[in-house]
Amino acid sequence: MSNSLEAIEVNTITLDGKLELECGQDIENIDLVYETYGTLNSDASNAILICHALSGNHHAAGIYQNEERPGWWDALIGPEKAINTNKFFVVCPNNIGGCHGSTGPSSINKQTGKSYGPDFPIITVADWVRCQSMLSDSLGIKVWHAVIGGSLGGMQALEWSCLFPKRIKKAGIIAAAPKLSAQNIAFNEVARQAIVNDPDFISGRYLDVGKSPKQGLKLARMIGHITYLSEEAMRNKFGRELKEGKLKFGFDAEFEVESYLRYQGDVFSESFDANTYLLMTKILDYFDPADKFEGKLDKAFKEIEAQLFVVSFSTDWRFSPARSKEIVNALIKAKKDVSYMEIDSPHGHDSFLFANKEYVNGLSSFLEN
Amino acid sequence: MDALEVIKNWVKKDSEVLDLGCGKGEILKILSEELNTISLGIEIDQENITLCIQSGLNVIQQNIDEGLSNFGDKSFDMVIMSQTIQVLKEPKKALLEVTRIGKECIVTIPNFGYWSTRVNLLVSGKMPVTGSLPNAWHDTPNIHLCTIKDFELLCIECGINIIEKRFFDNSGIENSLTRLLPNLLGSTAMYKISK
Repeated sequence: MSNSLEAIEVNTITLDGKLELECGQDIENIDLVYETYGTLNSDASNAILICHALSGNHHAAGIYQNEERPGWWDALIGPEKAINTNKFFVVCPNNIGGCHGSTGPSSINKQTGKSYGPDFPIITVADWVRCQSMLSDSLGIKVWHAVIGGSLGGMQALEWSCLFPKRIKKAGIIAAAPKLSAQNIAFNEVARQAIVNDPDFISGRYLDVGKSPKQGLKLARMIGHITYLSEEAMRNKFGRELKEGKLKFGFDAEFEVESYLRYQGDVFSESFDANTYLLMTKILDYFDPADKFEGKLDKAFKEIEAQLFVVSFSTDWRFSPARSKEIVNALIKAKKDVSYMEIDSPHGHDSFLFANKEYVNGLSSFLEN
Repeated sequence: MDALEVIKNWVKKDSEVLDLGCGKGEILKILSEELNTISLGIEIDQENITLCIQSGLNVIQQNIDEGLSNFGDKSFDMVIMSQTIQVLKEPKKALLEVTRIGKECIVTIPNFGYWSTRVNLLVSGKMPVTGSLPNAWHDTPNIHLCTIKDFELLCIECGINIIEKRFFDNSGIENSLTRLLPNLLGSTAMYKISK
């Protein structure tokens, strides 16, 4: 028996007011699609906001009717799980710029009657957090018990604690980094080049002519996927296994790892919007809360009031433990409430998605102490 | 008085305390509750870390042997290193580091010069196994044991001031005998030091 939530309700809300973006533009009539799990208590003090990562969406937990695969963080969110829905009211929105129902590049621009496409403004992590705060207002949640996320989601949790120190009691910053390294940006740039050089990209206006740069998106996903796994995880999962048991002396997918990556890329390119992917990688590249503080992270953290829990994973080379320690050390320097764990896990960056025992115990203790 | 009572006397109310090797967080919890200290623990064992978090303590997973350079000079009012120095690879370096980070420091050591340890070695001719040092030589975490005399010589060598010192017997209590002949009758020693 699975212990996943069932009968998941998907909500859409049109936010009141306009969101002024860091790039100088503003957006009105934002639609946000979100899911909730558990029950909000009478004083709205048990709400937890989940922030998704690059390719994530609002479907964090539970299983939709007639589907087999649960939400992306189902291993951690549910009854008696690390984020216990018997105790907490959990909210997970799809961020603006996404392609799963919230306003994004594939939404219709009411002024033109066509999809935004490449005209959709560049969003930042801070924009997302401000947009999420508008959702909090609409839901009647003045203070989040916790804001939690992994990877790019962890960056949002960190930004929350800086931007809205009075509205968040705890922040779970998991497998994140205080900013991207040149290597991280390089991988993102290769992914973007794969997309924009696909003949079907058509300067980003592919939806207008009923096309999608699937080849480019597939390549981008394959590159990304390699960075999410560890060498160990790949070795254990695929080794050098051959699909048909022998070399065929050709350029088709012969090794298991090749066909796995191609398959993952194909599935992703069928369901994800290329302009959203470009935007998400840019949001990652731009994230740098220390930038406005002469590069000094501890100064960026000055206003934080929340308790923070930072978690990294031993085989994560995308955002390695050293990157999490940069956050931790700046928080120590700024004299903030911080705890830190480095979890032994073979799954690379993806480790944050798995219910490792020490990780689950640490996170649930942090949320419930 | 026992060691905990002495620590409570040495730590000031509302002060900032760093406990290196804080274990399950017993000392920090008491200091936070009774003296309203701002507490941070460093610990390597994840079960202990989880217990600290359950107690509401801030705790960082960090291996002291890999350095403490992430802590600023005199960034804590008190640094506590209780029964930890003897398990470290480089005790001298650690001692210099804790006195750099803390305005004052409390260091507790098991005394290898304790009479029963001496008798144990003399009579059996084997590495002593006692109540406070219960492991066989080959599987003990205590790789850098010293006597009270050794520790105090190291402090002099490092230019560290011993502000106060206390000695406890086998049951963890201070008495007139441990005060009289500490290196022989003290099972553990506790120092308040600074640099």
